Amino acid sequence: MTTDQQTSATVWPDEIYEVLKQAGITQVAYVPDAGHAKLINRCHADKAMRAVSLTTEEEGVAMLAGAWMGGAKGVLLMQSSGVGNCINMLSMIEECRLPLLMIVTMRGVWGEFNPWQVPMGGSTAAALENAGVIVHSVERAEDIRETIHACTALAFNTQRPVAMLIQQRVIGFKNWNK
Amino acid sequence: MAAKKPAGLDRRKVVAALLADRGDALVVTGLGSPTYDTYAAGDHDLNFYLWGAMGGAVMAGLGLALAQPKRRVLVITGDGEMLMGIGSLATVACEAPKNLAIAVIDNGHYGETGMQRAHTARGVDLAGIAKAAGFKSATTISTMPAVQAWLPAWQKKAGPVFADIKVAATPAPMRLPLRDGTAIKHRFRSALLGADAIK
Ligand SMILES: Cc1ncc(C[n+]2csc(CCOP(=O)(O)OP(=O)(O)O)c2C)c(N)n1
Ligand SMILES: [Mg+2]
Repeated sequence: MTTDQQTSATVWPDEIYEVLKQAGITQVAYVPDAGHAKLINRCHADKAMRAVSLTTEEEGVAMLAGAWMGGAKGVLLMQSSGVGNCINMLSMIEECRLPLLMIVTMRGVWGEFNPWQVPMGGSTAAALENAGVIVHSVERAEDIRETIHACTALAFNTQRPVAMLIQQRVIGFKNWNK
Repeated sequence: MAAKKPAGLDRRKVVAALLADRGDALVVTGLGSPTYDTYAAGDHDLNFYLWGAMGGAVMAGLGLALAQPKRRVLVITGDGEMLMGIGSLATVACEAPKNLAIAVIDNGHYGETGMQRAHTARGVDLAGIAKAAGFKSATTISTMPAVQAWLPAWQKKAGPVFADIKVAATPAPMRLPLRDGTAIKHRFRSALLGADAIK
């Protein structure tokens, strides 16, 4: 499978969308990643969700802090390289004890072609954990629904930052010969 | 002898004027002096004081404005803080929240860290950047009458609205608000959303 083949047959983005919808998520902040393409489209198509394209991932951390202050729930979508852009902004989440739900698609760890993805991919989980974020990693598509459900509950019920990492094996290889 | 450069506006008077008639507005403040200025103008449960998260004030304002479309949201921040999150002006312009206003208290320096000269004292035009990003209303203000004249803009005009307010590079006396982030959150959310919001 390649990320370019994220078609109607790929059900896990729809499963994520359904869980987010059910949880009452209304703000979706993202920097695009091919692995999030289908989910981003579904969120944009939903009139009850506001999907906001960011210039850098840390914007989303601050935005969702504001959302919670105003009584709204959000989710932040990014690829693993974006985690490095968030670190200092995450101090606000810890200090104010705010919920933050992040979904991170992994690059640079499994079947990668682009060597520039390797440094951040290799330190994504540790960087998040060092910044106080609880990390749950999924290796198989069939575990995604349950995991995003658990992450969402943990984040908003306990007001903690929680990230679900979707491992590259789930997302598939990027086709460089297109 | 060359004419003395005008001293610039008193930041405490500027922020007090901005907030004199705030109604039910929600206020987000950028770290350092803008947080202290806002507190000095009168503590308020609906002030979200940032003491860190440099570059995040405008985006916190955007999330809040989208969550509370019926309330006015005013972000009061510094020129250094605004520049660290300069991309957020592009994001806000794209989202065009009608209820969001941004006031930069621009002393042309990094006041909090020892008054080092900053980009706005070296030719960078924040209102020009906001305008180029797509803000319909973006202005530079350097007199108190112009501050007064801008009040209806932040309170009522269809946003997003931006003002870069030039103030003197003179430190104001320390006035320190609540700094425990979790306490600030609980206070703000219970005032805005009711006591159940912090259950
Ligand atoms: C990420 C980060 N870098 C640097 C600092 C140090 N710092 C604190 S306040 C500040 C300058 C703020 O300048 P400005 O927003 O213009 O506010 P002023 O004090 O001049 O009103 C800096 C650099 C910090 N807190 N966080
Ligand atoms: Mg300054």
